[in-house]
Amino acid sequence: MASRKSPEKCKEGADKYSVLLPTYNERENLPLIVWLLVKYFGETEYNYEVIVIDDGSPDGTLEIAEQLQKIYGSDKIVLRPRPKKLGLGTAYIHGMQHATGNYIIIMDADLSHHPKFIPEFIRRQKDGNYDIVSGTRYSGDGGVYGWDLKRKIISRGANFITQILLRPGASDLTGSFRLYRKEVLQKLVEKCVSKGYVFQMEMIVRARQLGYSIGEVPISFVDRVYGESKLGGNEIVSFVKGLLTLFATT
Amino acid sequence: MTKLAEWLSGLTLLGVLWAAVTFDLLGLDLPEAVLQVSWPLPVFLLVALGCYSLATVGYRVATFNDCQPAAAELQRQIQEARTDLQGKGLRF
Repeated sequence: MASRKSPEKCKEGADKYSVLLPTYNERENLPLIVWLLVKYFGETEYNYEVIVIDDGSPDGTLEIAEQLQKIYGSDKIVLRPRPKKLGLGTAYIHGMQHATGNYIIIMDADLSHHPKFIPEFIRRQKDGNYDIVSGTRYSGDGGVYGWDLKRKIISRGANFITQILLRPGASDLTGSFRLYRKEVLQKLVEKCVSKGYVFQMEMIVRARQLGYSIGEVPISFVDRVYGESKLGGNEIVSFVKGLLTLFATT
Repeated sequence: MTKLAEWLSGLTLLGVLWAAVTFDLLGLDLPEAVLQVSWPLPVFLLVALGCYSLATVGYRVATFNDCQPAAAELQRQIQEARTDLQGKGLRF
């Protein structure tokens, strides 16, 4: 078991943000998302690092990550690859082990989550001293692009049922664009046992149970890969099973 | 208490109250009008809940923000990023 280093801060009291990017076959998108992260963080004064957790992608994602490391520096681009697809929860744990930030940002690497919202996440966190800030597609001027009517109905319907059953105190439970205090994320990942969409839901539900405070920022979610039908019957079934499990156990 | 337990106790409590009124279990001798309303109340509430759900989900789908400007901005930034990165030596 790897030893854990305690987080180092550059100056006394300075915050640092570690962005965790689990990737699988994101050779096309990884340079673009890193470029956007560097751009938007660069416009702020905040200290940051981007941690790429690649699960043995056959398309050369790791190779392009190494090129990005040469361009932007290995203090900004940290590589934590794994030999094969091992699941999101363990990816977060693996990524956090060498994270030197005191805040962790999780997001998708496929450009559906836009780094331009990260300064807003940070501001919201500071304003309310929140333990977690969650991006929401469902409230304020949050929204989506690239979803057809069927997808929107399923999404809103599922969210409605989830709100009624779980009363979670957050408007978007299945979203995965979030900012966590590092120790909060560590605690939650240990406690959560579900997979996929339900894993993200369970994180918020458990956070509420443990008394953590949750703030929200409306985000736009640009889905460019919907055409490859990510929402099949299987996913709906496992979502319902996961929802009922959370209903009965939390 | 789990959410399931909360729902079961809430529904049980409401069920007991409804049965007590409708079947006059407490011998309260309630007026006929009250009994006529309470008897179909569960079905009525279920239908009302169903209508509310459909209306709410329908409204939320109709007002789901469509982020066309965000998509356009992303496309522009992708082009900008590719050019900049190629200039810095990235081999796509």
